[in-house]
Amino acid sequence: MSQTRYTSDHEWVRLDDGVATVGITDHAQTALGDIVFVDLPDPGRDVTAGEDCAVVESVKAASDIFAPLAGKIVETNPALADDPALINRDPAGEGWFFRMVPSDLAAFDALMDEAAYAALIAEA
Amino acid sequence: MPDAAPLPPLRASPLAAMHAALGARMVPFAGWSLPVQYAGILAEHRQCRDSAALFDVSHMGQASLHGPGAAAALERVALGDLTGLRPGRQRYSLLTNDRAGILDDFMAASLGDRLFLVVNASRADDDFAHIAAALPAGVTLERHPDRALLALQGPLAARALGRLCPATATMPFMAVAELDIAGIPVIASRSGYTGEDGFEISVPADHAEALAKLLLDQPEVTSAGLGARDSLRLEAGLPLYGQDLDEYTSPVEAGLTWAIGKRRRMAGDFPGAAVVRDQLDNGPPRIRVGLQPEGRAPVRAGVSILDESGATVGLVTSGTFSPSRDAPIAMGYVRPPHAADGTPLTLMLRGKPVPARVAPLPFVPHRYFR
Repeated sequence: MSQTRYTSDHEWVRLDDGVATVGITDHAQTALGDIVFVDLPDPGRDVTAGEDCAVVESVKAASDIFAPLAGKIVETNPALADDPALINRDPAGEGWFFRMVPSDLAAFDALMDEAAYAALIAEA
Repeated sequence: MPDAAPLPPLRASPLAAMHAALGARMVPFAGWSLPVQYAGILAEHRQCRDSAALFDVSHMGQASLHGPGAAAALERVALGDLTGLRPGRQRYSLLTNDRAGILDDFMAASLGDRLFLVVNASRADDDFAHIAAALPAGVTLERHPDRALLALQGPLAARALGRLCPATATMPFMAVAELDIAGIPVIASRSGYTGEDGFEISVPADHAEALAKLLLDQPEVTSAGLGARDSLRLEAGLPLYGQDLDEYTSPVEAGLTWAIGKRRRMAGDFPGAAVVRDQLDNGPPRIRVGLQPEGRAPVRAGVSILDESGATVGLVTSGTFSPSRDAPIAMGYVRPPHAADGTPLTLMLRGKPVPARVAPLPFVPHRYFR
């Protein structure tokens, strides 16, 4: 049974069997606008929580994507190279960025749940 | 942290209510709150290349120069053959300083009894003070904060506007006329900042929304924001003041020598003429070029340009993802030995080298109505 959590940087993290899939929220893709390029981390890279590890580019500007948790990157979404607009069309599904193995699963539980994230974007 | 001086409130376009109703995303730009996009930059960009798009550019500074000898007075601070400007014609010109640095680029149109000027929003206060200080008795500068400016751009712009105002249909590129559109008095020029055919229409602010709605009612036209305006002008190879042009850049470096005009170049009677003469004779220290990066990553302003040996030879000043070419494009300045079309260069993007080549400008051919 997978669980999804959210960060204040408008990323979602879905945990399945100890592997976390990371993407950006619908709120984030709407704010960015048309996405034309994504620079993804190399699999095997160790990241710390909050480290910038990817870049998403809209026509207008580049934005950093931060590792939501400490751990090791194990896979990136191959479909984004040819079709970065997947992130606009299906941010919570086909538009995922990368998968990682978190080094501390307790940190996952400390992220926002859906209700807390909904409250965050309602404030903005 | 010490208290910063509070920023002045953003100025609102006369079309602010319409932008809100259209769902625009507003951003601060040059002290104004302006629409960066409505439906999305890519869609708006394609709309302008394929049909027609309406841009609100009311932030641009507008003014009239009245009095006998107005053009001669303007030539004291600007280059270009302004005294040779015939009524009903518009010309691109530059304000320069004594070092030939570009203080602003602007449009000057002759309306017969006066010159009509359009300058960049961020430079308007400085420009108009600078021009006013150079005027002799009898020539006066009148600013027009009560006027809005609309740009209708695209291959079907003339069809849309011609339906409302048939006189516009036959105006050639860079013509200007005082016209009446459905009872609204306007100053329309056949010009723009997208590389497409189109018009820039100055209108009294209290008629701006009525005119904009009339234009948006035409089947060819939808609204477009500053985001698409930037990607369109970059594809068209047109420099943006504050990014690709500044007071440390000369017309020769910027590839704008053509704007000086033959008479002015021969006479050398504009600010910075000696520097321009020297750069024309001996070559400028750097030249504005187009850049075609490999791959799909946009390369933006501030990225260093290296030659094949790894030496820094220039700087990117504008860059985006080109919707028309489905590839990144950029503009920048390089030392002259590296400025020839096709020259291989390296762009340092976030610490990673991106191979690139010097590319001819414009990236997308101009389609002006001549």
